[in-house]
Amino acid sequence: MIRYLLRRLLQTIPVLIGTTLLVYYMVFALPGDPIAALFRDKQPPQSVIDDLRNQYHLDEPFWIQYGAFLVNLLTLNLGNDFTQQPVASTLARIFPVTAMLAVEALIIQAVFGVTFGLIAGLRRGRVFDSTVLVVSLIVIAIPTFVLGFVFQLVFGVRLGWAKPTVGANADWAALVLPATVLGLASFAYVLRLTRASVIENKKADYVLTASAKGLSGPRLVLTHILRNSMIPVVTYLGANLGSLMGGAVVIEGIFNVPGVGNKLYQAVLRGEGPTVVIIVSVLVLVFVVANLLVDLLYAWLDPRIRYDK
Amino acid sequence: MPYKRISKAVGIVALAALALTACSPAADTAHTDKVSSDPTKIITAYSNEPQNPLLPADTNEDYGSRVIELLFEGLRAYDPEGKPINALAESIETVDAQNWIIKVKRGSRFTNGEEITAKTFIESWNFAALSTNYQSNASFFESIDGYAAVSAVRTTTGTDETTMTVPAPTAQTMSGLVLKDDHTFSVKLSQPEADWSLRLGYSAFFPLPSAAIRDPKTYGENPIGNGPYKFAKEGSWVHDESLSLVRNDAYDGPRKAKNGGVTFKFYTEPGPAYIDLQSDNLDLSDTLPSNALRTYKADFQDRYAAKPVALNATLIIPPYNPNFQGEAGKLRRQALSQAINREEICTIIFNGTCTPAKEFTAPVLDGYTEKIPGNEVLNFDPTRARDLWAQADKIKPYDASRPLQIASNTDGGNKEWVDAVANGFKNNLGIPAETQPFAKFAELLDRRKARSLPGLTRTGWNGDYPSLYNFLGPVWGTGGPANYEKFSYPEFDQLLQEGLRSKETSEANAKFNKAQEVLFRELPGLPLWYTNRPIVWSNNVLSAETGWNGAILYHNVSAK
Repeated sequence: MIRYLLRRLLQTIPVLIGTTLLVYYMVFALPGDPIAALFRDKQPPQSVIDDLRNQYHLDEPFWIQYGAFLVNLLTLNLGNDFTQQPVASTLARIFPVTAMLAVEALIIQAVFGVTFGLIAGLRRGRVFDSTVLVVSLIVIAIPTFVLGFVFQLVFGVRLGWAKPTVGANADWAALVLPATVLGLASFAYVLRLTRASVIENKKADYVLTASAKGLSGPRLVLTHILRNSMIPVVTYLGANLGSLMGGAVVIEGIFNVPGVGNKLYQAVLRGEGPTVVIIVSVLVLVFVVANLLVDLLYAWLDPRIRYDK
Repeated sequence: MPYKRISKAVGIVALAALALTACSPAADTAHTDKVSSDPTKIITAYSNEPQNPLLPADTNEDYGSRVIELLFEGLRAYDPEGKPINALAESIETVDAQNWIIKVKRGSRFTNGEEITAKTFIESWNFAALSTNYQSNASFFESIDGYAAVSAVRTTTGTDETTMTVPAPTAQTMSGLVLKDDHTFSVKLSQPEADWSLRLGYSAFFPLPSAAIRDPKTYGENPIGNGPYKFAKEGSWVHDESLSLVRNDAYDGPRKAKNGGVTFKFYTEPGPAYIDLQSDNLDLSDTLPSNALRTYKADFQDRYAAKPVALNATLIIPPYNPNFQGEAGKLRRQALSQAINREEICTIIFNGTCTPAKEFTAPVLDGYTEKIPGNEVLNFDPTRARDLWAQADKIKPYDASRPLQIASNTDGGNKEWVDAVANGFKNNLGIPAETQPFAKFAELLDRRKARSLPGLTRTGWNGDYPSLYNFLGPVWGTGGPANYEKFSYPEFDQLLQEGLRSKETSEANAKFNKAQEVLFRELPGLPLWYTNRPIVWSNNVLSAETGWNGAILYHNVSAK
């Protein structure tokens, strides 16, 4: 178990180096001088521009820029972004917001997806099942940003149930609307996965045995059917946490959430290599850790799975 | 300055949004008094994260400038029409337009109690101009005697041909600034400049408390000013989220606040802000998403305004393109100008948020006239355009091997109108023409600096201070900071210099307009239109208006 964990953690190192290198290069290759662009047509004295270029190593070739970035990263000296704000404090501010948004979305999709999927699976072919299938298909078909705008207009502006945008003071309550939209997109997948898995397990030998022995009701459904149906769902949810955080770029834009997505968008527009790469690196870490947790959860869900061999 | 944000009102920009201004006209006040206004109400306004710590001489982008303008008061302020009025200055006098005597009002203080004297100004200006302080607006002090010494730099060339410019000042203070007594100082310019005092309302000239000069970076996070508003508390600037200002009750100047404060809410996109405005979650915005330009009047009924501002749009014709050189080139430039249907584009694409240009500056400026000889070249006349083009072809045939490209950044939604102009060239002149899109403004700027754009280039200019000269010198003058194409017309430069040396503003304006005749003869660029910037407000606001430069006059907003 420990060896497995260590091996998995060591694997993240090449992943991180690979992604940072790739992302750094992509931002580096963006055309245009980012410092000149900061000032647009009101260009400051050349010494001001050169000082900034020097500060961000923009006057160096790619490998030196990237090397300086890696050294800073390893010594945890994240430096300042183009708006002269320390990147470290920016990260400390934006990541909790997006994490809150992603977790809230994950809870929404897990709770609703599993519940509806379980009911639909148990009552296969009935009205509830068919309705849920059609509705989930529609939800899958609608792009997230369309859903975002519709929810914003209907619940935020017309009905006034929630504030249409988040802005400052993002808390669990303020994030309900964007989290729902974010969760809805994968909610349909969770539902369909659960349903298919439940249908399959309903016919499994151990379930037949259990019910032949007279077991029924919640104990049969929860312990025998649901728990065994959870393996594909948990894999999906775990993998999804990472994409929920990354996918928040669009949703955060629509709902003006001061999180990772919005910051990333601005940093890309400004051609701020270091900031973009740092944010992406943290996202990669989240992704890797979430996947690791999923793999560990398997053992709990299915005792047949063992890691050390 | 990019045209994009105001025309299509989208995106991140960095324009100098200059001086907010003085009291609104009496008529406006009468109108707002019908419904009782609440002078303690705090209004919320659209903005985004300022780019730098908030220092007047280091802020030249829109989102920082709008805060600076409210936190500080300079020697002069601009009224909504752009007319400068004395604010902290008791008097500004000169006999020869070169030596100026400035008397500072007694008893003005920063909100921390520090008194503002003549010495404050001298220290602030010397701080802003000294090259080792890296202030981006330093060049605004270039007219002052001794600027060359404090701004001196040394340029070193590296092994790989890259150059590096580092500050190397030979003096710490400008010799042109001399303290006379506690409240008087004199300014000697390196040459006479009639419109110099017009600039004193610009933010680079604002006074700084001594704390700012001691530690600019720390100060810039929680600036202390002397303007109509002040920071609500330490840390009012919540990065990436909002910035809260409250009324400064000690302020006694021409811009007294009619509301209790302004909270700027930060948006990365204007779309969500528009939704917030419609549901009264945001009170005021000067930035509309481009798709709202068609609907904002219907969406906001009587809660909008659209006034011309000091911002224009121009198509530059690079002098390095062989098709546009010599006598044939001149005829072709005229033909292009007359093949653009400015009226139609303003009506149909911009929904009336712009006005066809009649000259090279902006209609809100003192001295603006629609009667500059030669400006008939701006009228849409396809027959004459075709005729001119044919004449040019007789002198030197047009090289149509590549379509005529119009370069524009498209990150601000310029594509629609650029396409329309290209189609105008195609239909009216029978030449192949197309848009050359650049995803980012930075890329377009690089190509302009490298002089490697094959066709026309979209550009625009937002005034720093309300003067015709500010629209002509930096853009078209030899060596001007925004003259990337390196146009050079000695007669034009000469007339500008004569204008600057005139002692009367009216005399100076006559010279500047005379200089525009040279531009109309040479036509280095085609003036397109002036922007009318629409602003909208929520049901919590009674009235709002923009100043001469298009910035909202936040202090004049009355809320209910």
